[in-house]
Amino acid sequence: MGHIYNRRQTLAIGMAALAAATLPQSGGPAFAASSDTDELIKKFTGGKTPAEGRVRLDLPEIAENGNTVPMTVSVESPMTAQSYVSDVLVVADGNPRAGVVTFHFSPMSGVAEANTRIRLSKTQNVIAVAKMSDGAFFMATKEVKVTIGGCGG
Amino acid sequence: MSVKPRIKLDKKEAKKGDIVEVKALVSHIMETGQRKDSKGNVIPRKILNKFTCTVNGKEVFSADFEPAVSANPYIQFKFRAQESGPVVLTWIDDDGSKIVGEEKITVN
Repeated sequence: MGHIYNRRQTLAIGMAALAAATLPQSGGPAFAASSDTDELIKKFTGGKTPAEGRVRLDLPEIAENGNTVPMTVSVESPMTAQSYVSDVLVVADGNPRAGVVTFHFSPMSGVAEANTRIRLSKTQNVIAVAKMSDGAFFMATKEVKVTIGGCGG
Repeated sequence: MSVKPRIKLDKKEAKKGDIVEVKALVSHIMETGQRKDSKGNVIPRKILNKFTCTVNGKEVFSADFEPAVSANPYIQFKFRAQESGPVVLTWIDDDGSKIVGEEKITVN
């Protein structure tokens, strides 16, 4: 007669399977959070992992009102025809949908810097990924604590 | 459309190569499409999804907005003064309508 699992063993097997299914795959990019966030970044970089640095993300540490949080992104670059920042993707990993804004620069921008006001539904990370004209990617992450969420209704 | 954006350049006259800062604010609800009305029906999304700035007809900066951009969107950016001409800012609504504002830059 074959082995019959008792109740406790069955439960243990179930838990192990669940844990295996929900654990993030190791070796993937370090930005945790929602799959939406990862997907948007992967689509933007074409699967490359952006390096840390060169991107500056200015956001308040604590935002009292998540409906309008001032955000400035700037990227170190000479902004010449030979070397410039072409695009910057901004995502928020705790919003119902991660996409926030994408800025498109050109050598005529002179400086790769833009400011807008964004909605954050709760405390979360805001991530900016910059694409350089030579195909390199850089990123910065900043956590913002949100007191009153900005998704209303 | 009667919406008039507020646009400010930090200088009206510049030397060739100077950096000019543009600040612009436009009235718009930026409805996310995720909210529900009192009857529980989803309020349809209505946002400005694209912003473009041209100087003398050449695009210097643009942005794609998602619903996470706040109502009455504010945008601030810079460009390198090359030649005199109109600075035209255009916002495109989900419904296809456009909001357009214009300033002038003189390059000496």
